[in-house]
Amino acid sequence: MSGFTFAEKALARAAGIPTARAGDVLDITPDLIFSHDNTAAIRRIFAEIGATHITRPERIAITLDHAVPAPTTQHAQNHAEIREWVKAQGIKRFFEVGRGICHQVISEEALILPGEVIFGSDSHSTHFGWLGAFGMGVGRTEMASLWATGQLWLRVPESMRIKLTGKPQVGVTAKDIALHIIGCWSTSGAAYRSVEFTGDTIQFLSLDERAVLPNMMAEFGAMNAYLPPDEAVFTYLEAKRTRDYTPIYPDEDATYEADYAISVDALEPLIALPHQPDNVVGVSDVVGEPVQQAFLGTCTNGRYEDLEAAATVLKGRQVRIRMIVIPASSQVLLRAMQSGVLQTLIEAGATIATPGCGPCMGNHMGIPAPAEATISSANRNFKGRMGTADAMTYLANPYVVAASAITGVLTDPREFLA
Amino acid sequence: MMRCWVYGDDVNTDVIFPGKYTYTLKTPEEIAAKALEDLDPNFARHVRPGDVMVAGRNWGCGSSREQAVTALKYAGIQLIIAASFNGLYFRNCINQGIRPVVNDKLYQILKTGDVIEIIDGAIHAKGQIFPIPPLSPSVQAIIDAGGLVPMLRQRFGGVR
Repeated sequence: MSGFTFAEKALARAAGIPTARAGDVLDITPDLIFSHDNTAAIRRIFAEIGATHITRPERIAITLDHAVPAPTTQHAQNHAEIREWVKAQGIKRFFEVGRGICHQVISEEALILPGEVIFGSDSHSTHFGWLGAFGMGVGRTEMASLWATGQLWLRVPESMRIKLTGKPQVGVTAKDIALHIIGCWSTSGAAYRSVEFTGDTIQFLSLDERAVLPNMMAEFGAMNAYLPPDEAVFTYLEAKRTRDYTPIYPDEDATYEADYAISVDALEPLIALPHQPDNVVGVSDVVGEPVQQAFLGTCTNGRYEDLEAAATVLKGRQVRIRMIVIPASSQVLLRAMQSGVLQTLIEAGATIATPGCGPCMGNHMGIPAPAEATISSANRNFKGRMGTADAMTYLANPYVVAASAITGVLTDPREFLA
Repeated sequence: MMRCWVYGDDVNTDVIFPGKYTYTLKTPEEIAAKALEDLDPNFARHVRPGDVMVAGRNWGCGSSREQAVTALKYAGIQLIIAASFNGLYFRNCINQGIRPVVNDKLYQILKTGDVIEIIDGAIHAKGQIFPIPPLSPSVQAIIDAGGLVPMLRQRFGGVR
């Protein structure tokens, strides 16, 4: 009998059974569930079910992040309903406007730990693979069901393994590794699959960078994505965690539907062209294309090191186009302020907005005009994603975003990093 | 007879239901009116109850937003056939009581405006018969109940 994958082990644990195999349908009890601005809509479904009280309110987190501060009266009403609900249900892990994006805040607060299972009503819940947890996005109805019953049905996914070897060059980041993967095997390359990363590259990536890989695997179609947690992760969690945990690692003889290997040494900065995250080319192929807006932020690339990377490029230079910087959390903002990174960005002509999702999904704070192009550190560039159907979004790493802001055209950042 | 609307590969949830409407539109009528707004403005204007969605690979990739399913449901779509589905979208279909059918051949032979029939659990299209493959019993039970909310309503006593 072959060994078990990470997904098989983590889901068996969360189902309270000794073992599980890909294809089994299990009732999973997650260790944490979370929602954001969609909480008010989930509450309406919850009421329709006939449930009155949330099961295990101590294992719920709610953030306001998708449209903060409220851009319209309707959004404000939405937030007001959520605050009322949080109070009525005694939910303690509630994070107000400005605290930050759900995935970043939950990571900073160490509310989920290695080997655990976390479901969020957000497709980028794959994010939590950075610390070795099973993170999966769910729909609003599923979240209402989780509130009511504490459980959710799940078919254990088949797994694929991606071995990363080598060290990225200067100006090349985990974002480029993720874009390379999606570009090679398409936005459905990991459909219904659990993605397991392995290889020596992982140890070379900082924790900020590691989060990019599982986060972006949502764009690969993955159900979840996993990085094996190491000492760096354990040390990060040690001061913050409030419960014990047992990391889970796949068996060496586990069964994988696909086994890919990528050498990251030779990667150059990459760009996903409109309107698909898998429409990926090297930056050198598209240098000179005009852009009218630069956006640095989101759950994918709004962490401290992302702001720092942009500051490295922008130090002593000026942006030629508008550049919007949105830190992923208040902690990121504070650290950037204390280190001087914020000052560098502002002196270069960038502007800073409230921690949250910003214009990523077209709510506010940087919606482009028709026919305008944005160079963005976000994760999706689907038609209309940023709120304007006729606008174009290019996806890239923070160095590329900053370099292109200086020139007003798509730019290889390595010319500023020499 | 069920009328088909046919779309291509990698149709994402941003074009099925734009993200900018996710926290403001609440009624079924408002939500249905925005279905496929950035992909095919004719769809919301001309879709009729009982119509069928047919698509290529990776239908519903992107955001987890459930309105990408409910917008179609409220517009009258009862069946979605695709060469393949995004996993989250597939789950959202089940939980809304919409049967997702994975079938590449149907996508290849059907055009918008074609009609199909379901007879004895099989799809009849262009003179050919395509059995609908069974789901696991626990998942089929959700479809049979009309979705996850009706199923849980039986347990928690909710009323419509």
